[in-house]
Amino acid sequence: MSKMNMEDGLNLTLGLPGRDESDCFKNNKRSQPETNDESSGTTENKEADMETAPATKSQVVGWPPVRNYRRNIVQKESGMYVKVSMDGAPYLRKIDLKVYKGYPDLLKALENMFKLTIGVYSERDGYKGSDFAPAYEDKDGDLMLVGDVPWEMFIVSCKRMRIMKGSEAKGLGYNV
Amino acid sequence: MPESNDHFTPYPDHVLENVLENVLAFLHSRRDRNAVSLVCRSWYRAEAYTRSDVFIGNCYALSPRRVTDRFTRVRSVTIKGKPRFADFSLLPVNWGAHFTPWVSGMANAYRTLEKIHLKRMSVTDDDLAAVANSFPRFKELVLVCCDGFGTAGIAAVVSRCRGLRVLELIEDEVSDDYVDWISCFPADGPTNLESLMFDCVESPINFESLENLVARSPLLKKLGLNRFVTIGQLHRLMTRAPQLTHLGTGSFSPPEQPEQHEHHENDNNRVSDYVSAFASCKSVVCLSGFREIAPEYLPAIIPVCANLSSLNLSFANINAEQLKPVIRHCHKLRVFWALDSIGDEGLQAVAETCKDLRELRVFPIDATENGEGLVSEMGLLAISIGCRKLQSILYFCQQMTNAAVVAMSKNCPDLVVFRLCIIGRFSPDHVTGEPMDEGFGAIVKNCKKLTRLAVSGLLTDRAFSYIGQYGKLVRTLSVAFAGDSDIGLKYVLEGCTNLQKLEIRDSPFGDSGLWSGLPRFYNMRFVWMSSCRVTREGCLDVARQLPRLVVEVFRRDEEEGGEKSDFVNTLYMYRSLDGPRADAPRFVNIL
Repeated sequence: MSKMNMEDGLNLTLGLPGRDESDCFKNNKRSQPETNDESSGTTENKEADMETAPATKSQVVGWPPVRNYRRNIVQKESGMYVKVSMDGAPYLRKIDLKVYKGYPDLLKALENMFKLTIGVYSERDGYKGSDFAPAYEDKDGDLMLVGDVPWEMFIVSCKRMRIMKGSEAKGLGYNV
Repeated sequence: MPESNDHFTPYPDHVLENVLENVLAFLHSRRDRNAVSLVCRSWYRAEAYTRSDVFIGNCYALSPRRVTDRFTRVRSVTIKGKPRFADFSLLPVNWGAHFTPWVSGMANAYRTLEKIHLKRMSVTDDDLAAVANSFPRFKELVLVCCDGFGTAGIAAVVSRCRGLRVLELIEDEVSDDYVDWISCFPADGPTNLESLMFDCVESPINFESLENLVARSPLLKKLGLNRFVTIGQLHRLMTRAPQLTHLGTGSFSPPEQPEQHEHHENDNNRVSDYVSAFASCKSVVCLSGFREIAPEYLPAIIPVCANLSSLNLSFANINAEQLKPVIRHCHKLRVFWALDSIGDEGLQAVAETCKDLRELRVFPIDATENGEGLVSEMGLLAISIGCRKLQSILYFCQQMTNAAVVAMSKNCPDLVVFRLCIIGRFSPDHVTGEPMDEGFGAIVKNCKKLTRLAVSGLLTDRAFSYIGQYGKLVRTLSVAFAGDSDIGLKYVLEGCTNLQKLEIRDSPFGDSGLWSGLPRFYNMRFVWMSSCRVTREGCLDVARQLPRLVVEVFRRDEEEGGEKSDFVNTLYMYRSLDGPRADAPRFVNIL
């Protein structure tokens, strides 16, 4: 006997009434069962039919049984704003570390923001070849080179950033 | 019995009644009291005279007059209204369950009423004003899943009920009348407040008044804040009320303004401030709220974790990594509510620490079919292995296996409540492809204390034969999109001898299944069947056979009309001592 999904299985189809849906115990989800063959004459179901004709599964009323106020859970993304200074620049900028996916993303944003080239990080040489070195002040107050620690560790330990320029920058890059 | 010459001795009957009344004053269980009242007339009278707490499971089962006529010295009234499926928009808005006739009925009869507890009732602001005006000794108002009132009504209660000890608004829909109700408490002196819970009130709160109120409420033990209270404000309240045992933490995040993020160092200091605030609230055993949690603040609760018996994180979109540092301290936890964002991994962490867990509820972040399944049979299995004392579980998931459910039935024999919601309708066991019959069958068979069951997934009539055969203690059964034929319903109605509440939707059960319950319906609180295959004619037959049963038939879209042979959209029936209700809206047909 075909299973009847009364409420929302009332899709308009071109198939004949009484057509069996394929057995789908092996399928993950049931396909929409055919509409009411026995009760095709009833007004009530006809009205419901029109109501739900284009219904997709997600439009079943009250299913799953989760109350409305539970359906709109807010994830409050608090930002991780840090100040960014650049040597010689008259004022500082502020960025939200949370919006970047990783170091390349961050460095590109800094390059755009300050109109400069930082280049590529290497463990041995820092940002060799560039006049600039991105540094940050960590929780202990130490000035560190951006890129040495994993990204996740960086974003929680970074208090503020500083883009160093010139000879000072090169000095940092040669630290072991 | 010889009469004394010295003093007046009352008649033997009176002596007996006096003795009985004194004894009955100690009897609180309503089942025991119901039994007592059936012994004989004088016991009925004595019991009625001494019953101070009245529980009405269905507001339409009898009239307010009948209650006030029988019980004359009532201190506390509990009334339940709408059927539970109203929570899921299956009941039209104006269906009923009005509190008004009750409050007017009780206003004259119960001058010493102290407590009102309502669930799923429609309560108006006028009703609340009537409560405030009618009961001079009023102390406790608890409203659960109610609607129809607003902040104006709350203001009326708090301003006039000077002895108010308990005001608990739980999962209500409260309209914002722009009334500053928190400022309406009597302005001077200490209050008697022991419990103030307004988590569900969706309107901003005057924090200054709230802080002032908390500061002069030395007896306050339970405080439930709404999401408009920031974590900084929470901190201040906690320092005012270190004696709290139950705390609903509000938003648990800082306010939106960007300047709050300017000083990262200050942020860190604040986190440690919050930690010390929790550390000084040594009595906290129940935590909830976290309505808009900024996850990095969650570790602030660690100081109270070791003492927590209840933790409700069901509004907190956190992952396993964010949960673990906190949950690993919660050795005494008995009740845990969470979102499936914690994943199977988070549940594993719960299972490893919370050996005393009695109740678990896992809600879905994404309540759509074919959504991302964050928890699965793995989480259920882990819980069943780690939390052997589990008594109650509500679990939403996208996939499940019979094996995991069977395992839980064996690992957790103390289960009283088993509610599994596989979100995709008609989902089979995702490994074997078979129906979920065997899993649920094992639950009813092995969990001998089971009283409440909710089923889901692909289920054949076989599942219902198991339920009927083994579910002898089941009082509440919830069925959706399940079964093959009338025989399924027959199994349940004939087999579940203790069935009180039956709610079924979208299942192929028809008239003959319904009729098999005729001998049972007078012993049940209600039967709900929506989008099934019962016809109007079938319902009429039931109504004719059982005159004391109120048989309501209606459509969710409130349309009227329909033929006798039509399938009924919604059938809701219940026993009543006072006949059909007078306040049924037009679209409700009472057969």
